Amino acid sequence: MAAMNVIVCVKQIPDPAAPGALGADHTLVRDGKLILDESDSYGVEMALQLVDKAGGGEVSIVSMAPNGEVSGMRTALAMGAVKGVLVSDPALAGSDALTTAKVLGAAVQRLGGADLVLAGTESSDGYTGTVPEQLAEVLGLPSVTFAKSVTVDGGTLKVERQTEAGYDEVTCPLPAVVSVTAGVVEPRYPSFKGIMAAKSKPIEEVTAGDLGVTPVGWAGAGQQITEVAQAAERQAGEIIEDDGEAFGKIVEFLDNLKVI
Amino acid sequence: MAISSIWVFAQASGDAPTTGTLELLTKARSLGGTVTAFVGGDASAIAGALGEYGASKVYATGDLGGALPGAAVASAMQAVIAGGDRPDLVLFPQNYEGRDVMARLSVKLDRTVVTNNVDIAVEGDAVKVTTPIFGGNTLVTTTFTGEGPFLAAFRPKSFAAESAGGGAAEVVAAPVPDLGATGGAVVTAVHVEETSGPKLDEAEIVVSGGRGLGEADKYSMIESLAKVLKGAPGASRAIVDAGWVPYSYQVGQTGKVVKPKVYIAAGISGATQHMVGMKGSKNIIAINKDKEAPIFGVADLGIVGDVHKVLPKLIEALQARG
Ligand SMILES: Cc1cc2nc3c(=O)[nH]c(=O)nc-3n(C[C@H](O)[C@H](O)[C@H](O)COP(=O)(O)OP(=O)(O)OC[C@H]3O[C@@H](n4cnc5c(N)ncnc54)[C@H](O)[C@@H]3O)c2cc1C
Ligand SMILES: Nc1ncnc2c1ncn2[C@@H]1O[C@H](COP(=O)(O)O)[C@@H](O)[C@H]1O
Repeated sequence: MAAMNVIVCVKQIPDPAAPGALGADHTLVRDGKLILDESDSYGVEMALQLVDKAGGGEVSIVSMAPNGEVSGMRTALAMGAVKGVLVSDPALAGSDALTTAKVLGAAVQRLGGADLVLAGTESSDGYTGTVPEQLAEVLGLPSVTFAKSVTVDGGTLKVERQTEAGYDEVTCPLPAVVSVTAGVVEPRYPSFKGIMAAKSKPIEEVTAGDLGVTPVGWAGAGQQITEVAQAAERQAGEIIEDDGEAFGKIVEFLDNLKVI
Repeated sequence: MAISSIWVFAQASGDAPTTGTLELLTKARSLGGTVTAFVGGDASAIAGALGEYGASKVYATGDLGGALPGAAVASAMQAVIAGGDRPDLVLFPQNYEGRDVMARLSVKLDRTVVTNNVDIAVEGDAVKVTTPIFGGNTLVTTTFTGEGPFLAAFRPKSFAAESAGGGAAEVVAAPVPDLGATGGAVVTAVHVEETSGPKLDEAEIVVSGGRGLGEADKYSMIESLAKVLKGAPGASRAIVDAGWVPYSYQVGQTGKVVKPKVYIAAGISGATQHMVGMKGSKNIIAINKDKEAPIFGVADLGIVGDVHKVLPKLIEALQARG
């Protein structure tokens, strides 16, 4: 294939280093500044490398996020993506993975589709791990999830797909949806030039309604959070500083359990 | 609407159903109604065991010819449902094949799917599932609304597998309809990473190493300790991503769930995503040079120390005992 267009799904999430909290409506509090989910930085990098190897084409991004948030998208644009579609709509609060997939599918179509759609295996804050495969079904495309290596040969993808016991080699015709694992490639750091250029790259902001997706949010979810409780805490045990002999404590501990 | 029909997405490993499948069947039969297993592939070898654990019927797609199960099995399920056999509830294991099938099915049926659960209860008409979040310190209960089938996925080891002593289940063919473009992904080769010793998710003792080991070569200390304890070596995601050990070693949210008698974490900080995979261990020993490391919060025995000093002495002492 001469040129290759890739669309990457990028989720924008609260900083994972900050402790998570649930709001009064039991959804994750997302009102602070959002960042590009690290899980998706691998997809962006993979897309840039594939387009580079194809010798032409471009990388675009789609995201669904509250409050018109674009800072995570700007990071992806600074890495080298050229444009994006953001779906932001108060009606989307409380959306489940299925609605997310429908919204992202419509955003992909808004961009005119692509040869390949990439996503992360699971998001850092939601980790349902179902959005990519749902998106593939929404778009009527084949899919390969959990890819740890992706190459394109003519119109065919060759993927190494992680399994419980090792990996499978999978081939798949394009267009397709692929979800990539962390570690599939080493994401680049945006250069200063990239960061400056990203500021003027186009992001089209639309609502779910503009894309013709209804119902969304709580109304469309098919599920309701009915209780939130603290789990029983595990009690911490004995903690000792190693004085060179602490290994003996471990031997004693194992001995008491009769496992040695 | 009470729950009268439950399906379980059943998987095989060789000639036997996976432990996860047996766990789900056991739970399903406690919820009331009939239990049906749905197999992507040929079910002749496992129908006996599926029946023994509570399935009265087994749907089997027959050989998938290398197609990835997501689109294939979901289409076969949808065809059976369209034919009039409609489950109220479908249970899936939270693993790669389970995820792919439930995701495709959720779109086909236009039903939500609730993932990462550890428990389920049926109370009158309400079906409630429990999901741990924030590394397991908060439990969220979700109730399905609207019309079934309700789709839910469960983390491994959420339930204990117990035989019901049932006879072999009736096997009914559920052929895969024409998948069109969605069926394009095909497996052309399978690679199995060889491991010796007990399996990670079944071992009595698990010894896991993390980034605190410093470099890939030092993982050999973890292997030696696991060997002398007749346990299995495991890892945090940090060193799997770094390529020190294969993915099959990973313990945690995206890896294996382990509940051994003893779990030893060496040079692992105790990120929430790691803890959800090992917090259920009966005894936890942690070695970390940072006394503030979160792993100490769950450890029965915590050693604040350098793995490069503690592990060699520990291995030597255990080897000396023979
Ligand atoms: C969606 C998602 C899914 C994830 N799934 C998983 C998963 O399944 N499993 C998993 O493990 N992680 C998972 N993670 C990653 C997780 O968040 C952590 O990044 C990872 O567990 C950290 O690994 P680590 O403890 O080895 O490394 P670090 O967090 O870097 O910890 C290293 C520890 O070693 C200690 N140390 C350093 N030197 C020494 C020494 N000489 N002696 C003793 N101690 C020393 C340090 O004090 C530190 O506590 C996931 C993350 C995301 C976003
Ligand atoms: N709101 C979103 N916006 C863009 N991409 C998303 C969104 N939610 C999920 N995704 C994509 O789907 C992947 C898996 O997410 P999840 O199914 O939530 O674990 C992520 O890594 C993203 O690539």
